[in-house]
Amino acid sequence: MRIEAKNISFRYGAKSPWILQDVSLSIEEGERVGLVGPSGYGKSTLIRIMAGYLRPQKGEILLDGKPLPRKGISPVQLIYQHPEKAINPRWKMKKVLQESGMYRDEVMEALGIEKDWLERYPRELSGGELQRFCVARSLFHGTHFLFADEMSTMLDVITQAQIWNLMLKEVEERRLGLLMVTHNKELAKKICDREIRLEEINSKDL
Amino acid sequence: MEKEPILTVKDLSVSFHMYDTGLEQYDLKVISNLNLDVCPGEIVAIAGSSGSGKSLLAHAVMGLLPGNAAMSGEISYRGRVLSQKDKEKLRGKEMALVPQSVAYLDPLMKVEAQVRGSKPDRERIAAQREIFKRFHLDEKTEKLYPFQLSGGMARRVLVSTAVISGAELIIADEPTPGLDLEMALEALKVFRELADEGKAVVLITHDIDLAFHIADRIAVFYAGTTVEITEAEDFRKGPEALRHPYSKALWEALPQNGFKPIAGFQPYAKYLPEGCLFSPRCPYKTKECEQEIPMREVRGGYVRCIHAD
Repeated sequence: MRIEAKNISFRYGAKSPWILQDVSLSIEEGERVGLVGPSGYGKSTLIRIMAGYLRPQKGEILLDGKPLPRKGISPVQLIYQHPEKAINPRWKMKKVLQESGMYRDEVMEALGIEKDWLERYPRELSGGELQRFCVARSLFHGTHFLFADEMSTMLDVITQAQIWNLMLKEVEERRLGLLMVTHNKELAKKICDREIRLEEINSKDL
Repeated sequence: MEKEPILTVKDLSVSFHMYDTGLEQYDLKVISNLNLDVCPGEIVAIAGSSGSGKSLLAHAVMGLLPGNAAMSGEISYRGRVLSQKDKEKLRGKEMALVPQSVAYLDPLMKVEAQVRGSKPDRERIAAQREIFKRFHLDEKTEKLYPFQLSGGMARRVLVSTAVISGAELIIADEPTPGLDLEMALEALKVFRELADEGKAVVLITHDIDLAFHIADRIAVFYAGTTVEITEAEDFRKGPEALRHPYSKALWEALPQNGFKPIAGFQPYAKYLPEGCLFSPRCPYKTKECEQEIPMREVRGGYVRCIHAD
């Protein structure tokens, strides 16, 4: 499979300045790509557009030449920087996993999710523990591409290494495509086999 | 360092009073027996696991804990123990906080008004313009509302606010996420300059590899307590120079140092183990670790481990 961004232009309002102009890129399944660039250049915006959360004013996102499905579970999954904002605060963790159909022993084992976390509410878990659930539910069997927007920035380095090691194992075994945003050059070096510099493909005037 | 510390935290414990199902209640101890001091001219970086109480310490110092929190121990500013009222008087003037979340900006207030504070004089405005220039925030940024800022821009606005406050003690809670390397280094350089002018800086950060190079001392937190306090130099040297097994594990988990995590998790505050809080993950655990472990001096640093040598 291949995901393509074709001539994407985006701004947040009709009078606002363009954030992205005429941006194109493509990623194959099995590739691990880093999206880098200075802050404020539109990395998060682009990754949200590619995951289908924002609609661009111009251009399109194509999955094997077809538009992203607008219904059902998306084969493109996005993991955010702040897991506490991505999980329903009123659900116990068990329900979070059940919703995505990932309440299975092998998933919990692979991601290091402890049994007694399942009966807790999100506020009773740390950011690193919550982020494991976000990764777990994004890895359901229909996923082909994983996008991670500063996924481990708010985590300590041990938790960061734990989560990335677990995730890379899944990505390799299932040959998923990975697109990650990070400012940490050492982390990108460790994870990615290719880098896209947004300032080189974004034609907006700066 | 012979100087009198600006900030001294002695035996600090913080617990939250929580409701369980129905009318059942319990106390959640999130910080226990924490000690820290910071002298003028010094940057102390706080490293440690997510949820180890780093931000709570900052909030305890500033008097920003929520109503269901109970605090014991002492927080002193220039040798004087602070009451809640003292903290409210000092914060924003003598003590400044760079909050962790960009959500701390007022959504209905333009950036310039938030950074300058109320009734700014010409000097303040000039200082704000200068720091914005250093952080590559152009003049248009002043007129924006917080929702129009990217994560990295908002972060730089938050740092600017504390920098021009003129405070003697600055606690920066994660000032670098969302910043590219060049900007992150610039922000840290600004903190270094403030310290060199004689101010005291507490730098709470997960970017420990950047902190090693800018800080004077590093305090390592785990599960709500300090497990090691050491010269930053020892972190630059590597695991042999460090004392606590958790500090060594932090160093080894950095992407550039092997990216090798130790297994297991920090215990949840409701189910803390007896004695050493790190013992469930520690390869050197013995029977003696189940007693209360005091901080002690080893090779010029302080460590909360009976096996360190």
